[in-house]
Amino acid sequence: MATGPTRETYLTRDLPLPQPSLDNAAFYAAAARGELRFQRCTPCRRFRHYPRPVCPYCLSRDFSWDLSTGRGTVYTWTIVRGPTLPAFEDELPYNVVDVLMDEGVHFVSQVLGCEPDEIHAGMPVEATFVAVDDDITLVKFRRCA
Amino acid sequence: MPTAASIRDQAAIAGIGQTRFSKGLGMSEYEMAVEAIFAACEDAGISPREIDGLVRYDMEQTDEEQLLAVLGNPLLRFFAGTAWGGGGSASVLVVAATAIAAGMAETVLVFRSRARGKNSAYGKDPKQGGRYWEKLATSLPGLNQWHVPQGLVSAFQEMAMLSMRHRIEYGTTDDHYADVAIAFREHAMRNPNAVMRAPLTRADHHASRMISDPLRLYDCNIETDGAVAFIVTTAERARDLRQPPAVILAGAMAAGSHHIRLSTMFERSWEEDSPVRVARQLYEMAGVKPREIGAAFFYDFFTSLVIIGLEQYGFAPRGEGGPFAADGGLSWQGGRLPCNTNGGQLSEAFIHGFNNTSEAVRQIRGTSTAQVEGCDLVLVAGGNTDPTGAVILRRA
Repeated sequence: MATGPTRETYLTRDLPLPQPSLDNAAFYAAAARGELRFQRCTPCRRFRHYPRPVCPYCLSRDFSWDLSTGRGTVYTWTIVRGPTLPAFEDELPYNVVDVLMDEGVHFVSQVLGCEPDEIHAGMPVEATFVAVDDDITLVKFRRCA
Repeated sequence: MPTAASIRDQAAIAGIGQTRFSKGLGMSEYEMAVEAIFAACEDAGISPREIDGLVRYDMEQTDEEQLLAVLGNPLLRFFAGTAWGGGGSASVLVVAATAIAAGMAETVLVFRSRARGKNSAYGKDPKQGGRYWEKLATSLPGLNQWHVPQGLVSAFQEMAMLSMRHRIEYGTTDDHYADVAIAFREHAMRNPNAVMRAPLTRADHHASRMISDPLRLYDCNIETDGAVAFIVTTAERARDLRQPPAVILAGAMAAGSHHIRLSTMFERSWEEDSPVRVARQLYEMAGVKPREIGAAFFYDFFTSLVIIGLEQYGFAPRGEGGPFAADGGLSWQGGRLPCNTNGGQLSEAFIHGFNNTSEAVRQIRGTSTAQVEGCDLVLVAGGNTDPTGAVILRRA
């Protein structure tokens, strides 16, 4: 067996968060106001997520940050039962979902207040907002009709 | 597409070498790399000083500088790395063959060394063994910022999401997953190098701990220590070396417009998916059909991804990879398509795909412990996310 420091010495203790940047600033500024906004290409009108400076479909650099309906359906999901990062261990088991938004983009998040055996494909969900610190508000989801 | 400068039939794997595979060897990745490289040179019957090219993963810890210092200072004239880990496990051979076909090198070393047994972490860099994702920074500048803060922290959880979608669309089941795990374990039981050699039943599979739905413990690759190395040279020179050559008949790579990151990966069509594109390019260059392949090696990080690979590489219709694997479909004896006859990364070892390539070469040489009769053509596919690549090896 290898000797040396145990790996526990190096575990991440805190919740890993997005590093604020010029590319994601508008997204998180909107989230802090309780708005889910996606980039939308001005010429071809298609939405995109994650944020990036160019439309992947038509290569235009013209876009606006348009308000999402905040609604979508669960496209796929998992229940994480561990191992996972220590920051999430208290939440085990927890769900992670890929939401197909009304705008046609996919968004990875979690459905709050939902037991593991209740998650299913096609489940309608709507966005809710969880402020983590001054810069970052995470977009989560709740079940809806 | 011009074919005059094709890599078709230009290069061959002339030597394979490896360390023991274990859950803890107590060796550095550097030392394991050297042991595997020396073994590959010995197998090919060449001196390490003859190496003039080197291809590795860009995440490989042991770099050119370290290697030159222990290989007798060979005179490198070509070196390159492939990106994104296991997706490149066959691409490294495509790059080596490209260098050889272009005359940029004649004797190319390809290797991977990996200390990932539970007790093998040493140091805080994500490359220094252990679970890399447990060493994530708390501030994320990359695209993983769009899923790690949501609790999706590792590749196995991302692949769980992808696998779940395959079940939603096609009804793939736990039994299909077990069919893959059991077939590969039966192969490992014949292989003295394999780490996992105890019998595995369907009941064992179904009773194993759920890790991230729908993936159970026995759907996941094992984590091990070990290194694997290859010597790739011209097809012509390989004929004069110690071993029967495994000629690289064809090779292909692809990176798509939508990457593994889950925020975009579900936006691509089946035809755009990189493994599907690789398969198309590969069979065209080789001039063969899937049914002519004698054995296949999929990047079995998870049972579910083998099932999806069967579809992407044209062995089963889309959505029918599960039924294809059923009833011993992947068995070395009488299977529809013998796969991962070493036990794969589910049961032999997880050397980031390289141990599957070694076994593909053994199938070509006729020296496998689960030898497929009349095995003239072997497919080796890299991790079937994106980017990826694949090769077809043939007997000389």
